[in-house]
Amino acid sequence: MSNKIMVNPRNAYGEALIELGKKYKNLVVLDADLSKSTKTIMFAKKYPKRFLEMGIAEANMITAAAGLASCGKIPFVSTFAVFATGRVYDQIRMDIAYSKANVKIFATHGGISVGKDGVSHQMIEDIALMRVLPNMTVIAPSDAIQTGKIVHLMAEKNGPMYARVGRANAPLIYGKNDLNDIELGKGMTVETGSDISIIAYGTMVEPALEARKILSKENIKARVIDMHTIKPLDEKLVLKCAKETNAIITAEEHSVIGGLGAAVAEILAEKNISTKFLRMGIKDIFCESGEPVDLLEKYELNTKHMVKNAKKLLKN
Amino acid sequence: MKVHDTKKIYKLDLIAVKIRKHIIEMLYKSKSGHPGGSLSAVDALVALYFVHMKHNPKKPCEPNRDRFILSKGHAAPALYAVLAECGYFNVKELTKLRTMNSMLQGHPVCTYVPGVEASTGSLGHGLSFANGVAIAGKLDNKEYNVYAMLGDGETGEGQIWEAAAVASHYKLDNLTALIDRNFLQIDGNTEDVLRLESVRDRWNAFGWNVIEINGHDIKQILDSLNKANAHKRQPSIIILNTTKGKGVSFMENNVDFHGVPPNEMERNLAIEELNLAQKKLEALL
Ligand SMILES: Cc1ncc(C[n+]2csc(CCOP(=O)(O)OP(=O)(O)O)c2C)c(N)n1
Ligand SMILES: [Mg+2]
Repeated sequence: MSNKIMVNPRNAYGEALIELGKKYKNLVVLDADLSKSTKTIMFAKKYPKRFLEMGIAEANMITAAAGLASCGKIPFVSTFAVFATGRVYDQIRMDIAYSKANVKIFATHGGISVGKDGVSHQMIEDIALMRVLPNMTVIAPSDAIQTGKIVHLMAEKNGPMYARVGRANAPLIYGKNDLNDIELGKGMTVETGSDISIIAYGTMVEPALEARKILSKENIKARVIDMHTIKPLDEKLVLKCAKETNAIITAEEHSVIGGLGAAVAEILAEKNISTKFLRMGIKDIFCESGEPVDLLEKYELNTKHMVKNAKKLLKN
Repeated sequence: MKVHDTKKIYKLDLIAVKIRKHIIEMLYKSKSGHPGGSLSAVDALVALYFVHMKHNPKKPCEPNRDRFILSKGHAAPALYAVLAECGYFNVKELTKLRTMNSMLQGHPVCTYVPGVEASTGSLGHGLSFANGVAIAGKLDNKEYNVYAMLGDGETGEGQIWEAAAVASHYKLDNLTALIDRNFLQIDGNTEDVLRLESVRDRWNAFGWNVIEINGHDIKQILDSLNKANAHKRQPSIIILNTTKGKGVSFMENNVDFHGVPPNEMERNLAIEELNLAQKKLEALL
């Protein structure tokens, strides 16, 4: 754990925006008084004219972004995940999703590892809210390298998109050249294994990789899938995991309702696949203020709990 | 209530210093939280809770109580310290700010903390909540008054202006908003981020009775609260001209202390300054 290189995915977002600003003269960035936290400030410094500070007024920001997109701009809109989705749901629904506006919502501070600010700032429903919207692509990168790549893909491809990262620094999972063929909508098998599949996204991929190491000592071979795109979901890969391994665990810093776990369950049920299955996530409760590590322990979203759950599931 | 006796004001100033010390200690201990906006709100909170409002810490749910809603929920430490000093809960609780299993969450939660009326932290909600409380008061012929404190940056939210329209439409003269006009938000000066001026003209145009004062002068705050209550058929707003970070020199007007707690050295310096202020006030009594 200790010698891992920690990089903040938010910084990767800021850096990617600078690169994209050079490539796309029609790319604009909007923020709502959180540019220092979301790192859009990096773009603001480089391209002040194409950075639009919209004040603490998120609903207006979302719809204005749709207006910009209707004139051929590529707006990247950023604020905390809670204000980027729940707060502005109808604006996203009408003006971005329904209208197929080429707006990229890039949210930071997703999940409970936001920590001490507490429930008002811990977004655990965003993936569900965005997933239920037609036309919306829903993404959650797992480390800084993947974040950078994905931000580029978001700019390249037309259409409404939502991406979220956490607040904390995250250990690097990938090397610079590991992600040359990354595609939106295609999950990545980070590690192979034949006993159980752990399908995760964002902040839960790295703990899954750690869990795999521990499980392997007990002769349990875990496969780890980085499902960076939650919608459209890589159904083929889910079905492959169900077929080739004896159990599936989904893991996400999100409610167990409506997120990746739900999406995987829907596929398994509809395809009549009976497999051992467990959703790890926030169990339909609001959490609380605290140190991220303590929260993840209390709400059972870490390596330790993945190991425990995997063993229990396989034993049943 | 009229408090024009200078000694009484000094005593309130002393309470304000004590609250500021609590804020510094709480944020230092929790290693997170918002000093700037907590410190700027203190004097108004002291005037409201220690003199002006009709409330009973032993009966936080008494139906006829005056209500205060902290719309700018990130100033929670200021509210918590005031509630504790009033006796809503033990002052020792303050050390647990933002820790696991504590009722003192990063942002106020009405179901956890006695005296907290509304769960805030997502900006822009408080004035709408206060509208509801004020309308209920009218419907039930209750005498209570409602107070809501807004951040100036927070008034960028459209919902604030929806609430402003409703309060004026329903002539909610039992409602008084207080805006913490410290000219700073996170990304910088309010006038650079998203211009607010003229604050006075905007609220006037929405049909509000506007009062503008020095938001750190407790006598002025008390006088203006009385004026606001006496004003009929319109809601009132008190523009509190304040200094973000008030009371700690290096935090004053320093945008970097919006959401960053003091480190050990900063905490020591801050407490030293506040102790000095305390001594000066004590000498006057
Ligand atoms: C809806 C919403 N958007 C953004 C934030 C993040 N945020 C917390 S405090 C703050 C700045 C508030 O500035 P202001 O209202 O002027 O408060 P003060 O200066 O009194 O601290 C922001 C943007 C939030 N809490 N809620
Ligand atoms: Mg302010």
